[in-house]
Amino acid sequence: MDLTLVGQGLLSGFLFGGVYSLMAVGLTLIFGVMRVVNFAHGDMMVWGMYLAWLLSARAGIDPYVGFLACAAALFLFGLLIQRGLVERIVDAPHEMQILLMLGVALVLENVALVAFGPDPARVRSPLSQATVWIGPIFIDVARLVTFGLAMALTAALWLFLARTDLGRSMRAAADNPYGARVIGTDVRKVYAAAFGVGAACVGAAGALVSPILPFQPTSGLGLSVTSFNIVIIGGMGSLPGAFVGGILVSVAESMGAVFLSPSMKELVSFGLLIAILLFRPAGLFGKTAG
Amino acid sequence: MSLLDVSGLTKRFGGLLAVGSLDLSMAKGEMLGLIGPNGAGKTTVFNLLSGFLSPDEGEIRFDGRNVVGLKPHQICRLGMARTFQIVRPFPQLSVVDNVKVAALARHPAMAHALESARAVVERVGLGARAGALAGGLTLADRKRLELARALATEPSLLLLDEVMAGLNATEIEAMVRLVTTINAGGISVLLIEHNMRAVMALSHRIVVLSFGEKISSGTPREVAADRRVIEAYLGEEYVHPPQA
Amino acid sequence: MKLLLLLAVVVLAALPWFVGSYLITVMIFIFFYAYLGQAWNIVGGYAGQLSAGHAAFVGIGGYAAALLSAHAGLSPWLGMWIGGGLAALLGAVIGYLGFRFGLRGFYFVLLTVAFAEICRVIALNVDAVGGALGLYITFTGNPRQFQFQDNRAYYYVALALMLGATAAVRAIETHRFGAYLTAIRQDESACEALGIDTLRVKMQAMVLSSFLTGVGGTFYAFYLFSLQPNAVFGIPLSVEIIIRPIVGGAGTVMGPILGSFILSPLAEISRSYFAQGGWNGLHLIVYGVLLIAVVLFLPQGAYPALRRLLRGRPA
Repeated sequence: MDLTLVGQGLLSGFLFGGVYSLMAVGLTLIFGVMRVVNFAHGDMMVWGMYLAWLLSARAGIDPYVGFLACAAALFLFGLLIQRGLVERIVDAPHEMQILLMLGVALVLENVALVAFGPDPARVRSPLSQATVWIGPIFIDVARLVTFGLAMALTAALWLFLARTDLGRSMRAAADNPYGARVIGTDVRKVYAAAFGVGAACVGAAGALVSPILPFQPTSGLGLSVTSFNIVIIGGMGSLPGAFVGGILVSVAESMGAVFLSPSMKELVSFGLLIAILLFRPAGLFGKTAG
Repeated sequence: MSLLDVSGLTKRFGGLLAVGSLDLSMAKGEMLGLIGPNGAGKTTVFNLLSGFLSPDEGEIRFDGRNVVGLKPHQICRLGMARTFQIVRPFPQLSVVDNVKVAALARHPAMAHALESARAVVERVGLGARAGALAGGLTLADRKRLELARALATEPSLLLLDEVMAGLNATEIEAMVRLVTTINAGGISVLLIEHNMRAVMALSHRIVVLSFGEKISSGTPREVAADRRVIEAYLGEEYVHPPQA
Repeated sequence: MKLLLLLAVVVLAALPWFVGSYLITVMIFIFFYAYLGQAWNIVGGYAGQLSAGHAAFVGIGGYAAALLSAHAGLSPWLGMWIGGGLAALLGAVIGYLGFRFGLRGFYFVLLTVAFAEICRVIALNVDAVGGALGLYITFTGNPRQFQFQDNRAYYYVALALMLGATAAVRAIETHRFGAYLTAIRQDESACEALGIDTLRVKMQAMVLSSFLTGVGGTFYAFYLFSLQPNAVFGIPLSVEIIIRPIVGGAGTVMGPILGSFILSPLAEISRSYFAQGGWNGLHLIVYGVLLIAVVLFLPQGAYPALRRLLRGRPA
């Protein structure tokens, strides 16, 4: 086995894991605070990608700058979705929530399809072509920057949750929704913020990925499933779990691509998902049900 | 041969001893009260008996047969039925349809099950509300429904978990009458209850649990006078009342 | 009510002699998707186990029948049952894993999606079953090979499937199995305490549902003459399957049929009207909006609401 290939795959997977982590953190935040599973997560990320593409193609803004705008746009979108739709079904049976978000996913994916067409798109960044060599292994500078920015965003999110009032309210609501209400937390506001922040994470993640990978409207489903994978592996509602899980899954996929054929790497993800669902649905960091 | 024979029943949750080496037996036709302060492990005992939890140690013999390891539905079929402390009606079904689901266990044909269900609904006094949706019933009626469902499985032993909880005085009296009638009809009853008057009135014998262990058993009068029971419920100072 | 239904069946049976080929094709899809929806309804509607991977059963059924026909010369009329059986086997595996391990709600949905996607990826990559190109069925027009020259023959087969599945669901509803399913959907633990073997009942529902869906796969294969892994195992087909009973009324006999009569024409209209520039996407936007609307305003689906309206009772 060609060790450089393995090493390459490991590094590449690790770096890409930054994005996966950011994506998963957004999903787990929404679930942790609101107990809602965002089936439209991957499709929101795709919209992050397309927004970055628009900014780049129409306004010449580099995605590594524009990602902030994408995050903001998705934040607003998340707020809207939460206030307009999700809020109404917070207490409904889970099946209803799933179907609602599935509906949102369908709309997002197909509006993108109608607006942007089915062909894969890619965003050009001046960094896209640059590479750096470390010994026999080369790294795309773009991947490095993506990783760095994703980590920065995750750190910022962490600070937000730990230091700000709103962030602390979110964590309180995640721990004990009823208790949070009792002490006077404006739960509606916290929910809206959580959904918004979760969407912002995934919007940023999308923008940061756009220079690295081609994407199309139908990419949404795969990204949603990957997000669920990561969040389940890491533990639903656990932020450290999502973070570690993102890197883990990315590396696993990368190794899957190295050792099996690239198209079969999805089998690795799904196989892993099934195994976790069956044997440890609480995930690595989650609490096992009593 | 006794109807129910429990020996050495033990259940731990992590480091917590929920039920400790419990011995218990019931004769056919008996009404046994299971009391104890909150957290004593009473509902855990029910869960162990009915198969919702498996014991770490101990034996449970129902009608001579070892039922440890059987699933709840199997135990129900053998003749031990239970109600839940927090009632669980099927909210989208009517009262009679709720009971019909239970009756189907003994009468697979829908028509017979419906007949049987109607009879049970009358028997518990819900006849007037037979067609009402279970989701819209009052608490007292929901308790009756819970009882009716368990009855419809034609048990020989009925486990009632705090069937009086949340009821007012009149409703409690009615429920006591109902349970007495059921027991008089030949069904043995094991009941968990906090309402002391009801327990004392209904039970032939009482077992008292505290922190998972049996601290007393006997007739209602014996148990009421037992200082260990008074201590468990009210604290030590009530065994020797404080000087004024 | 019964008279009305009988009349409707008579009208549907007579219809092909009065309308053109395009409308017949639309009706075929209405019937076929109603059939698939009805099959899903057993486990998704009545038992309340949301499966978003039912396309896997269509795919397995279709591929099995097609391969048996091409390589073993087995008539699809027989291959249909084998395909259904294989689909039922997968259904049993998924059901057992899901139910035995206590997966509910979101986790169960994900399990079904995972299995469907695994099937899809395998079908895409294994050349022996056609790989990325999929399978093509040679047109012979031979009824023994489940092929008909006349569109109207397919119409009657599809109609028969829909009516058959509906009759099966109606029978379930009026027997113990149906009562148990409905109860399990509402409170499983209570059911266990009442002597119901919930694992067994749910397994039966899953196996029956997947079997019927697999049988439908044969119709799919021999009506469309091609099986593409992405189309026949993919999420879009699973969505098509579940949206009709959900919009029409999950857990009701008429729900999937009503849903299909609402959704298929809608899909057709949005597909053909916005064909220029539009791409396939638009009818799925409509689906998405409908799904959202149903969840928010009519969670039980159109049929129960319609029934209340017709009987004049308040909601």
